Amino acid sequence: MADENNVLLRVENLVMHFPIYRGVIGRQVGAVHAVDGVSFTVKRGETLGLVGESGCGKTTTGRTILRLYKPTAGNIVFDGVDLVKLKGEEMRQMRRKLQMIFQDPYASLNPRMTISDIIGEPLIVYNVANAKEIQERVEHLLEIVKLNPAFANRYPHEFSGGQRQRIGVARALALQPSFIVCDEPISALDVSIQAQVINLLEDLQKQFNLTYLFIAHDLSVVRHISDRVAVMYLGVIAEMASRDEVYKSPLHPYTQALLSAVPIPDPVEDAKRKRTILEGDVPSPVNPPSGCHFRTRCPIAKQICSEQKPEFRELRPDHFVACHFADQFVN
Amino acid sequence: MPDLLLDVQGLETTFKTPDGVVHAVNGVSFGLKEGETLGVVGESGCGKTVTMMSVLRLIQSPPGKIVAGKAFFFGQDLLQISNEDIRHVRGAQISMIFQDPMTSLNPVLTIGYQMEEPLILHIGMSQKQARTRAAELLGMVGLPNAKERLNDYPHQFSGGMRQRVMIAMALSCSPQILIADEPTTALDVTIQAQITDLVKRLRDELGMAIIWITHDLGIVAGLAQRVIVMYGGYIIEEAPVRELYANPRHPYTLGLLGSLPRVDEKEHTRLFSIEGQPPVLYQKPEVCPFAPRCKWAIEHCWKENPMLESVAPEHRIACWVDTKTGRAL
Ligand SMILES: Nc1ncnc2c1ncn2[C@@H]1O[C@H](COP(=O)(O)OP(=O)(O)OP(=O)(O)O)[C@@H](O)[C@H]1O
Ligand SMILES: Nc1ncnc2c1ncn2[C@@H]1O[C@H](COP(=O)(O)OP(=O)(O)OP(=O)(O)O)[C@@H](O)[C@H]1O
Ligand code: SF4
Ligand SMILES: [Mg+2]
Ligand SMILES: [Mg+2]
Repeated sequence: MADENNVLLRVENLVMHFPIYRGVIGRQVGAVHAVDGVSFTVKRGETLGLVGESGCGKTTTGRTILRLYKPTAGNIVFDGVDLVKLKGEEMRQMRRKLQMIFQDPYASLNPRMTISDIIGEPLIVYNVANAKEIQERVEHLLEIVKLNPAFANRYPHEFSGGQRQRIGVARALALQPSFIVCDEPISALDVSIQAQVINLLEDLQKQFNLTYLFIAHDLSVVRHISDRVAVMYLGVIAEMASRDEVYKSPLHPYTQALLSAVPIPDPVEDAKRKRTILEGDVPSPVNPPSGCHFRTRCPIAKQICSEQKPEFRELRPDHFVACHFADQFVN
Repeated sequence: MPDLLLDVQGLETTFKTPDGVVHAVNGVSFGLKEGETLGVVGESGCGKTVTMMSVLRLIQSPPGKIVAGKAFFFGQDLLQISNEDIRHVRGAQISMIFQDPMTSLNPVLTIGYQMEEPLILHIGMSQKQARTRAAELLGMVGLPNAKERLNDYPHQFSGGMRQRVMIAMALSCSPQILIADEPTTALDVTIQAQITDLVKRLRDELGMAIIWITHDLGIVAGLAQRVIVMYGGYIIEEAPVRELYANPRHPYTLGLLGSLPRVDEKEHTRLFSIEGQPPVLYQKPEVCPFAPRCKWAIEHCWKENPMLESVAPEHRIACWVDTKTGRAL
């Protein structure tokens, strides 16, 4: 396992179930198993990519780590402190170090606030600077994200998607966090703008020694930006390893199928590839399949897969897989 | 060229908005051969949808207006024929699948009803024949229990299944041309792979021509035979698919391809990024519309808007610069 001193975040058996209520008295009739027992670590200064299809629990994982939800079970150890045990003011102070960048640059900024107010707000909320310092800091932050400081008094609607995402990044940086959850920060942007934001995030990481949990469904982007990658399926992590291990020698049948489904922008290479086309859709997280969550779509599933939950095993150094039959892929 | 199934020439479409007239499509010409798959790529707002909607006369007017152009299909200009004739073309000869299936499916009618209606209307089938054909079509696009599912409403289907239903509906009258507007953009990659696989299979079985609109240069690489790249309401590059990816010539295409991270990335390199953002054109540009973002621009680019010209067999670009040498073409 990783050197403890190097670990900034350790998530252990995290479970987040959202109760479903029905009827006039609001009886609980079930739960959405959004995150169903997830464990991983993120080392200082690295980027852990979290990929998976829509609804598999990526955002919920990110939000639960920031304690925007109260987890159903599990521990979230950040810099040696278990966030799950923190109360009120303690958590509020801790939250300064953990920030989030959101997917939708249109919905995540208050349209009635100026850019300067949006970026400076966290500084006011935490009362860490006076008016003059805030103004200076905001201008500095705008420069950091490569926006013209002269724009400080404009409103969000005057900016393009890529510029708004930069504003979101500047706000996230205001309190000098050490950890940022980037939740699909580029999915809503145009292709040519995506590269601008990815490059910016990479530069900032180096400059401020930031640690990222980078959530995305685009496997190409995740490969580009991550040091290690965790692949989620229906509330659980199917596979986790270094980027090269995951992309070059995937051990889980889901990762293999997912990778083979990604189109490559090169007709010659694309024609050479072998595709595994998964059948059907992701099942509902209200009633996940017994045993292995992936078994209903898995091309190699056998009886045991419906009976026993596969253990998350280290089949190669630092390469973890939850599949009963993954050994055959280790060469 | 007589072998063209669809021949669009000089198409121009504008929209009146409170901020001024938006020049959405600015003189677009392209052809589609029989049985061919044409990819149309470009970023948001570059005019992909408006181009195809104009050809089918689906632009709402006002605010939209087709200001110029011709669109020949079997000898007739689609932009000139009667409303009734164009409706028939849309119903039976050229079908379009839209990006969001929920906007084109009626939520209060069963899938069966929505599929049978055009069969009865455009092909003159009886109710019973239409029912059988609808079930057949749903089976063809790989929907399990096709027959029972005819009685279901759109919300009872998942996103991928709805898109299959849309494809089945689009194919119901055996069109000569299928126009698919970003049909997989909202879907997960595994579902996207199911759909593109399905479309390839149907194309080979039915032999129809396809226009596939997308901003995803990966999908086009595996699906299209020829590709058009649009920017600011213009076609700025056009080439056979292998030629385009092997020898992109327009600075914008070069930039787009360079800015894409790849799932088969060999080593980590910094992504090439195109600075600035795509334009909204309140005036028809007199200079190259890409010039403000272009790293290759020379003086002339700021003086005159380049036309689409041949640089290699079947390969055309609208650019004043030879990106291979950096000098004027
Ligand atoms: N606040 C909530 N209450 C109830 N259910 C929720 C809530 N938030 C998320 N869910 C459900 O939990 C599951 C996981 O959702 P989540 O948003 O974490 O997925 P995701 O992986 O981020 O998906 P996407 O790629 O679409 O953003 C989904 O089924 C979702 O509907
Ligand atoms: N109804 C309308 N009113 C005003 N402007 C419009 C209208 N429809 C389209 N436009 C404008 O026309 C231009 C081209 O739009 P179009 O929808 O064709 O883009 P697109 O390439 O399909 O983009 P996307 O990838 O986002 O679908 C855009 O600038 C758009 O704002
Ligand atoms: S455990 Fe079974 S069902 Fe799950 S991925 Fe492995 S083989 Fe497939
Ligand atoms: Mg999400
Ligand atoms: Mg469009």
